[in-house]
Amino acid sequence: MSDKFVPHNNQQVVDAVLWAVGEETPLEIIGQGSKQALGRSMQVAHTLDLSRLTGITLYEPEELVISARAGTPIAEIEAELEKNSQEFQFEPMDYGPLLGGEPDKGTIGGVLATNLSGPRRIKSGSARDHILGINAVSGRGEAFKSGGRVMKNVTGYDLSKGMAGSWGTLAAITDVSFKVLPKAPDEITVVLEGLLDEDASTVMAIAMGSSAEVSGAAYLPEGVSARFTIQPANGAAATLLRLEGIAQSVEYRSKALQKLLKAFGKSSVLERNQSRNLWREIRDVHPFANGADRPVWRLSVIPSEAHKILLALRMQTSVDAYYDWQGGLIWLEMQGEVEAELVRFTINAYGGGHATLVRADNETRATVPVFQPQEPALAALSKRLKESFDPKGILNPGRMVEGI
Amino acid sequence: MSGLKMPELNQEVLARRQQVLADLSAILPGESVVSDENEMRVFESDGLTAYKALPFVVVLPETTAQVVKILKYCHHEGINVVPRGSGTSLSGGALPLEDGVLLVLSKFNQVLDIDYANRCVVVQPGVTNLGITRAVEGEGFYYAPDPSSQIACSIGGNVAENSGGVHSLKYGLTASNVLGVEMVLISGEKIRLGGKHLDAEGYDFLGLITGSEGLLGVVTEVTVRILQSPETARALLVGFPSSEDAGQCVADIISAGIIPGGMELMDRLAIHAAEDFVHAGYPLDVEALLIVELDGPEAEVDTLIEIVAKIARENKSSTLRISENDEERMLFWAGRKAAFPAVGRISPDYYCMDGTIPRRQLPKVLARMRELSDHYGLRVANVFHAGDGNLHPLILYDANIPGELEKAEDFGADILKLCVEVGGVLTGEHGVGVEKRDLMPVMFNEVDLKQQQRIKCAFDEQHLLNPGKVFPQLHRCAELGRMHINQGKVPFPDIPRF
Repeated sequence: MSDKFVPHNNQQVVDAVLWAVGEETPLEIIGQGSKQALGRSMQVAHTLDLSRLTGITLYEPEELVISARAGTPIAEIEAELEKNSQEFQFEPMDYGPLLGGEPDKGTIGGVLATNLSGPRRIKSGSARDHILGINAVSGRGEAFKSGGRVMKNVTGYDLSKGMAGSWGTLAAITDVSFKVLPKAPDEITVVLEGLLDEDASTVMAIAMGSSAEVSGAAYLPEGVSARFTIQPANGAAATLLRLEGIAQSVEYRSKALQKLLKAFGKSSVLERNQSRNLWREIRDVHPFANGADRPVWRLSVIPSEAHKILLALRMQTSVDAYYDWQGGLIWLEMQGEVEAELVRFTINAYGGGHATLVRADNETRATVPVFQPQEPALAALSKRLKESFDPKGILNPGRMVEGI
Repeated sequence: MSGLKMPELNQEVLARRQQVLADLSAILPGESVVSDENEMRVFESDGLTAYKALPFVVVLPETTAQVVKILKYCHHEGINVVPRGSGTSLSGGALPLEDGVLLVLSKFNQVLDIDYANRCVVVQPGVTNLGITRAVEGEGFYYAPDPSSQIACSIGGNVAENSGGVHSLKYGLTASNVLGVEMVLISGEKIRLGGKHLDAEGYDFLGLITGSEGLLGVVTEVTVRILQSPETARALLVGFPSSEDAGQCVADIISAGIIPGGMELMDRLAIHAAEDFVHAGYPLDVEALLIVELDGPEAEVDTLIEIVAKIARENKSSTLRISENDEERMLFWAGRKAAFPAVGRISPDYYCMDGTIPRRQLPKVLARMRELSDHYGLRVANVFHAGDGNLHPLILYDANIPGELEKAEDFGADILKLCVEVGGVLTGEHGVGVEKRDLMPVMFNEVDLKQQQRIKCAFDEQHLLNPGKVFPQLHRCAELGRMHINQGKVPFPDIPRF
């Protein structure tokens, strides 16, 4: 028998987990299921669907805090923030289109559980840097809380951050409080056209190291560049530097930045709306969200090494790719095989980082490690952490790693 | 120390002190093992000087390999270990244990790698917070978190405490500025978390160990991100006739979409003490004094400073000055930065508290604090990181008057309970340590605390690392791990399903 529990309150979440513990049967935890195609495939009979735990429970714009039930749609929260010209500064991406689903789905609990971020990651961090507090139900069937609703808090271990990137394997999150910040009233993007990877890498490093407060640094190589709706360099390679803030500041910094980068050729400027749309497509991996099912990797690497990693990969196999986070994030679409060992070996050869197999069919995700395998001591610690929350392996077992 | 109970001493370990000293001397060069009572005196307390204890032995390793050997040895022998950086903790996090090895990391003082292209620095944990900025300021960079002890406190200690500072609303606490660490577990296993890449893989262990107060492992290397210094900074010094007006001004600044680099509030007693001490030109006829600093590109700062000035005037500011140069800006800050020693001048002793509250509760909290001040017959001065709601009440007392320290501690505990009552927390940046350990149940119930302790068990099953800190009650890990399963007895849950 396969059941889907749809609790309406936290006690029902506790009841469902306690029942599963008693039956020794695991639960798959989902919100709206927008990221179900990401992560390892699981064979789990029962589902704990948190999509009815909804509603913003507290929003105090002048205190920069919002609290919501975990199943609240992210779109609903962002719309509410927008009314007060605020936002999640970590710019959570939308995996929907890349994974073949609809856009604008997903819940706030899922944002934390998968530790989402966007192009502004390089300046403002990810969900884990903005979470203030949580309520959750552990795999022991116990409701616990951590953190609070204030900006600054070091009371006890930060279990709220512990939830970030745990993919529902430690606890079922029921409530979250996030820090929110004012939305920049204006933005532009400085575009440098036709640079090769290595020069683009230098340009991005100079820009990020300047006082221009660049809030997005991406490089779209020729070919991939043409696959965006807005083509800032008419299909040629584009190096993109985003500036956000009040209009006076953006204009001032734009001039300073263009002057600083004069030696690298002519630059142009994308105005606000075009800039916004382009960075949204960069955030959501638009060029590879094409309905195709070729494997897509997400590589987190040392920014300055990105172009070397890509060059090394291109010597061995055929890939399409572009960089965000000054190179710290590479989105990689394989034209042939999934090549997990090659990808991970190459990252290691250039100072380390990790690779996540973001898109692949079920069969591949069952055999290839979706998340980066860890060294033995760290892997053992991960297992002990899992057991400290969920000793019976009830919550999303195997979603990240076999046995966890 | 007043009423603080530490874990019972391990007599068996105490009894074989000579053997332990000999064993540690085999791991470390002679001068790195300190066992003489007089030489160990300097380590008997940290920044919370009301609590003192002589360590069992002090060790000062200088390589990760030595740390591995020491921890492996202590783990095998069942000996407690207390890690210590510069010993500036204000909550007793580095308070020694009489049966514990005090592991001092001050010899880990090298900057290992400065990487401007990736804007990060790899340092050993004993490097001071300010030392990182000093190493990169020639190229115009700095390390953002700036606890007031930054000249002395170590980056390893910052990781242990998740240290903040006056700029944390805009630039984040330590946790958001650390990219990676190398750490040694109590078992002697070495692990690496994160690195120069931006997000670490797997569970967020970096998030868990930052602020874990030395209970989970010993950090032996830290990778931090550095930022380009803001092009310019200007400050406003604004006096208000009431704390309500000042609080509303802060709320209005943030509602206008402005996040200042720093925003500090002082109350009347703190203003007077600071002005008497450093003569910063603070107005003396105001109830609250607000310093707002805006940093960034010149065009932005010049625009925003006018907007902030307008908001201040709309909130009935009675005095308002805008810095015209860096010298004047530093003068505005001089009083605030000297607030603690300034208060030290008007009272034989003071006790510094550290709660965080939802900012809008400030008038209520200050009013209650005045009542408590009358009740205990002790004065209190307040400095407040207004942007993020972190409140530092300084309770004035005289330790030479019998009973006054206890009174100050009771007053402090009442203030922290008040912070929690209005929706805040026990500690914003100083940590729990031993100081607020017994107040943890005010904020957390038994289930919450047990779940935190289970994480401790995942790292240190025998509770050997810094026991007696953070948790009011030590539960054995076996007991914490036990589950009471009603197999077949839990009815099918009455939950909507499809």
